[in-house]
Amino acid sequence: MRRNSDGQWLWGLLAGPGTTWLLLLFALPFYGLACMAFGEIDPIFRNAVPAWNPLDWQFENFGDVMHEILFGSQRRVFVRTILYVASAVVLSFLVGYPVAYYLARHAGRWRGLLLALMILPFWVNYLMRMLAWVNLLQVDGWATRAFSAFGLQYNWLDGKAITVVLGLVYGYVPFLVLPLYASLERLDVRLLEAARDLGARPGHAFRMVTMPLSRPGMMAAGVIIALPMFGDYYTNDMLSRSPRTEMIGNQVDFYINGTSQPQKGAVLVLVLSAMLVVFMSYYLVSTMRMQRELQA
Amino acid sequence: MNPLLRRNPWRRPVVLATWTWLYVVWMFVPVIIAFMFSFNGGRSRSVWQGFSLRWWTEEPNASLLHDESLHTALRNSLVLAILTMLIATPLGVALAIGLARWRSRVAKGANWLMLVPLVTPEIVMGASLLLIFSNLYTGVPLGRPAQLLGHVTFSMSYVVVVSRGRLLSIGRDYEEAARDLGATAIQALRMVLLPLLAPAILASFVIVFAMSIDDFVISSFLSSGAASETVPVRIYSAVRTSSTPALNALASFLVISSLVALALGMVGMSVYRRRRGDDSDGESVLTEFAKFEM
Repeated sequence: MRRNSDGQWLWGLLAGPGTTWLLLLFALPFYGLACMAFGEIDPIFRNAVPAWNPLDWQFENFGDVMHEILFGSQRRVFVRTILYVASAVVLSFLVGYPVAYYLARHAGRWRGLLLALMILPFWVNYLMRMLAWVNLLQVDGWATRAFSAFGLQYNWLDGKAITVVLGLVYGYVPFLVLPLYASLERLDVRLLEAARDLGARPGHAFRMVTMPLSRPGMMAAGVIIALPMFGDYYTNDMLSRSPRTEMIGNQVDFYINGTSQPQKGAVLVLVLSAMLVVFMSYYLVSTMRMQRELQA
Repeated sequence: MNPLLRRNPWRRPVVLATWTWLYVVWMFVPVIIAFMFSFNGGRSRSVWQGFSLRWWTEEPNASLLHDESLHTALRNSLVLAILTMLIATPLGVALAIGLARWRSRVAKGANWLMLVPLVTPEIVMGASLLLIFSNLYTGVPLGRPAQLLGHVTFSMSYVVVVSRGRLLSIGRDYEEAARDLGATAIQALRMVLLPLLAPAILASFVIVFAMSIDDFVISSFLSSGAASETVPVRIYSAVRTSSTPALNALASFLVISSLVALALGMVGMSVYRRRRGDDSDGESVLTEFAKFEM
């Protein structure tokens, strides 16, 4: 077999630049984050200095921040972040699942148009979509006035948890609908017919057949929106900009961008990544499995 | 459509249909209203005071046409997106081909490494890039150079995913036929594989452009003040101030330019399909650009 080894150098050459790029600008910076988190404070300039050699790592800063996260001021921020993201993901499913289901099963001649409309939000800038809501929810905004016509007087943009959570839902639900649609569409309709033939009522068939079969798709879709939500700070800043609704992302932004204590921000990012690593690996492993199935 | 569905015994799902159309209204009406307010006659972004082109062209110094700082933001966004597109696409396509064909332990590792950016929250990437640029790669100034490196880093993996899908559906037969007919590995790549990959390359161009335009976090972390502000960074910093509807005009212009990129990509794709006698319809051209999300 001449060909198996022949050309291998070419494939290596093609993969080389991209791989090097990712090593230098993705993997190494992440390592740098740890070096900053475990680094030391320059005794004269009082600024943080990263320790590039793991043998020199100091754990004092890390311990301080961990203490704040577990028992101190950061604890509230972490709990809040988890609560906000969990509520936003649940609400996104409540909003998005029926849409994806309708699109996959019943849309008929509207399917093409609806699918295009589901994809379109990807091409509208995220910040433009938030800007739109800020304008509507201002004290004299159209949405605020519409709500107060129904007797709901509310200052939406004044550090309200509900605004932030609904903002997250609005921002990320399109990213949920598409993968859900893709998994529901692949589902074999004959299985549902069989369930019906065997006497299952529609609701029953949905619960016993559709739900279990779309679970992998649901998990993947949930993860794909939860991950960016955990790191989000701009939705929060645009819709609330109040310490009452601060999430982990806001703290990271504050320490890394806004102060001279990037080492604290670095620890927060590490802890956030550690929290998310379960979700990330779930998604990666299932992607890899799908890839292998496709290749086989 | 599946024929079984047509004699579907279930009643028509009126509730689901209503829900879906309400979703569409909810998704788009706010954005359309924001676009409309860029034509507001008054200074407010929330109270309608009649139609005018004041914030697009008329107002001296403060309209999209005449405000220098808005030009800067727009130019930064577009230049960054075009450069990112031109660098990330070739890198990603080459990486996808390499990883699909290369059998080695390094390739396996690189395959994992390539997937991780897809699931890394942008704030993690932004924070680590900022720290590395200010502590190790100090030769790279913050601002456009750092932003460009960052944008290429987060968008390259999407190019790989899009190209890989296409590579899988092409298979290895054409290439092997070319090799059997005496082509060298490079000739087979250039004359057989790359032309077949054209749709994926085109889709990558458009997707990378849109992702770069859409990005806020990386641009913001790696910016060096007003001179390297992109449009999303500008929107972020101005949205809660009393800025005028010129902000809406700026945001609308950006959305229009990514829609133009999408339209160009779709035209390119249908030209390609017609040449190849592929008779798939327009919808599937559009879904081609969203496949990376499914």
